[in-house]
Amino acid sequence: MKEKEKTAVKSKPAQAKTKTATQAKTEAKAKKSNTSSWETTLMARNQNRPYFKDYAAGMFTDFIELHGDRRFSDDKAISGGFAKLGGLPVMLIGHNKGGVDVTAKAEHRFGLPLPDGYRKAQRLMELAQKFNTPVITLIDTSGAYPGIEGEERGQAEAIARNLVVMAQLKVPVVVVVVGEGGSGGALGIGVGDTVFMLENAVYSVISPEGCAGILWRDGTKAELAANALKITANDLIKFGIIDKIIDEPEGGAHKDHAKTFENVREVILEELQRLQKLSPEKRVENRIEKFAKMGVFTE
Amino acid sequence: MGWFSQEKKEKPSEEIWTKCPKCNKPIFKDEWIKNDKVCPKCGFHDRLNAWERIELLLDGGSFEETNSSVSPSDPLGFVDSKAPYSERITEAKNKTGLNESVITGTGLLDGRKIAIAVMDFRFLGGSLGSGTGEKIYRIAKKSLELNIPLVIVSASGGARMQEGILSLMQMGKTCAAISLLNEKNIPYISVLTDPTTGGVSASFAMVGDVNIAEKGALIAFAGRRVIENTIKQKLPEGFQTSEYLLEHGFVDKVVSRNEMKKTISNILSFYNRNAG
Ligand SMILES: [Zn+2]
Repeated sequence: MKEKEKTAVKSKPAQAKTKTATQAKTEAKAKKSNTSSWETTLMARNQNRPYFKDYAAGMFTDFIELHGDRRFSDDKAISGGFAKLGGLPVMLIGHNKGGVDVTAKAEHRFGLPLPDGYRKAQRLMELAQKFNTPVITLIDTSGAYPGIEGEERGQAEAIARNLVVMAQLKVPVVVVVVGEGGSGGALGIGVGDTVFMLENAVYSVISPEGCAGILWRDGTKAELAANALKITANDLIKFGIIDKIIDEPEGGAHKDHAKTFENVREVILEELQRLQKLSPEKRVENRIEKFAKMGVFTE
Repeated sequence: MGWFSQEKKEKPSEEIWTKCPKCNKPIFKDEWIKNDKVCPKCGFHDRLNAWERIELLLDGGSFEETNSSVSPSDPLGFVDSKAPYSERITEAKNKTGLNESVITGTGLLDGRKIAIAVMDFRFLGGSLGSGTGEKIYRIAKKSLELNIPLVIVSASGGARMQEGILSLMQMGKTCAAISLLNEKNIPYISVLTDPTTGGVSASFAMVGDVNIAEKGALIAFAGRRVIENTIKQKLPEGFQTSEYLLEHGFVDKVVSRNEMKKTISNILSFYNRNAG
């Protein structure tokens, strides 16, 4: 019996949508980041990259933050609310690591959400559906909070519920991995019609440190694990997990926030135009089909 | 226990006796098997493999397997400190006779046709690989197509690291399939067995219309070690057990193994498919 490898991944390179001018640049960068997943990881974690608050204030306008999950608390590791993007009303939701300041970081639990955060996100997505505004999510977390409070309030259920709800949202959903995409904690707001990723962002099933601790029995082997896990934007586009890589300014997003916002805004707005031409039913069908294609196995 | 020491001196063959892994008490192997690997002394539920579970839940001879040839590939060319993933796959296949960490198919449960997926912890820790996700996606579509309830029995350590991001995305893929059942009002019963953790608990296992936990199972999002290492918290007694989840409102029932089939059957008897 001949085994054929099934690539659920349709390797229709989404770069096709990218302007040809940037294409060569992207390819050149591909070589660089393939040999330096760890460097990219460090870049994704750079203290001076834009935080949620920076995007909310700099890339969007008229942000009205909305608070609370109506069940237990207002988790500060996920923020959200109505905002305008290039004048277009949207629902903005994202992981919130606070900022450069240590107090702000602690206050936002270093961007590690509790179930309350995922449930707030769910509430806001359903609100967006009611208001018929597209949902934009910004992913930037090393993972969901691993602790007693998370477990007793149903971290697993909160994330799982969002995956089910997001699959069926009738409004357009655009996801942008802007920094760290850490496991289920990232995916918990990451099911969309379109998933973009910043050039120096990473997205992984487990942190390189966590993986090294388990498979190498040595947390310091994170660099090896980072390379093995294939977590850069260039890796992910090959596997069909993301649709497009968004260019960062020379040297990285932290070098020029304004330019970063411009790049991200342009790509989202273009995509929203495309998505809004489709019926809600068609979008949901495409979204589910997109995720159904993810995976590589033999049969 | 004089009689037992006597037996011991006569070196009973291993075929006759076994020991409960929990209380260490000797048990006749026949009794152990007849009791579906539940200790008659202390009630400990030992893990069942997928075939044993199917035998426990479905009417004899009614199971028809689907997609049995779906099997892992090694898309990342992943090699850790000890072995390439490709070798681990071969090992797992040889050890279990399975091709993936889940068996799927249709069968009768008390005469009622259902679609079923049963995970097997022996196969790479029941981890959620691309093949696992694909099989669960397909069996959910099958229940949709045949308009029959879906039962998934989980037993998993979570995501399959060796498949990287592709493994993570199986959470989205399987939940997307569950969302389709919700839209059509097709019942989905999730049975959580020891252990159900990480990416499996944070996806299809936790979103059943009814979640049933087997007695004494470990059910968690983050593992104990991760919590202790990263947050430095001391964990309470009975943390992350079936009973703990019941108390906190995340499963509907905690059921012992010998009641499992009856419980599922009872719940499904309330489903009126013509009412829709
Ligand atoms: Zn016992």
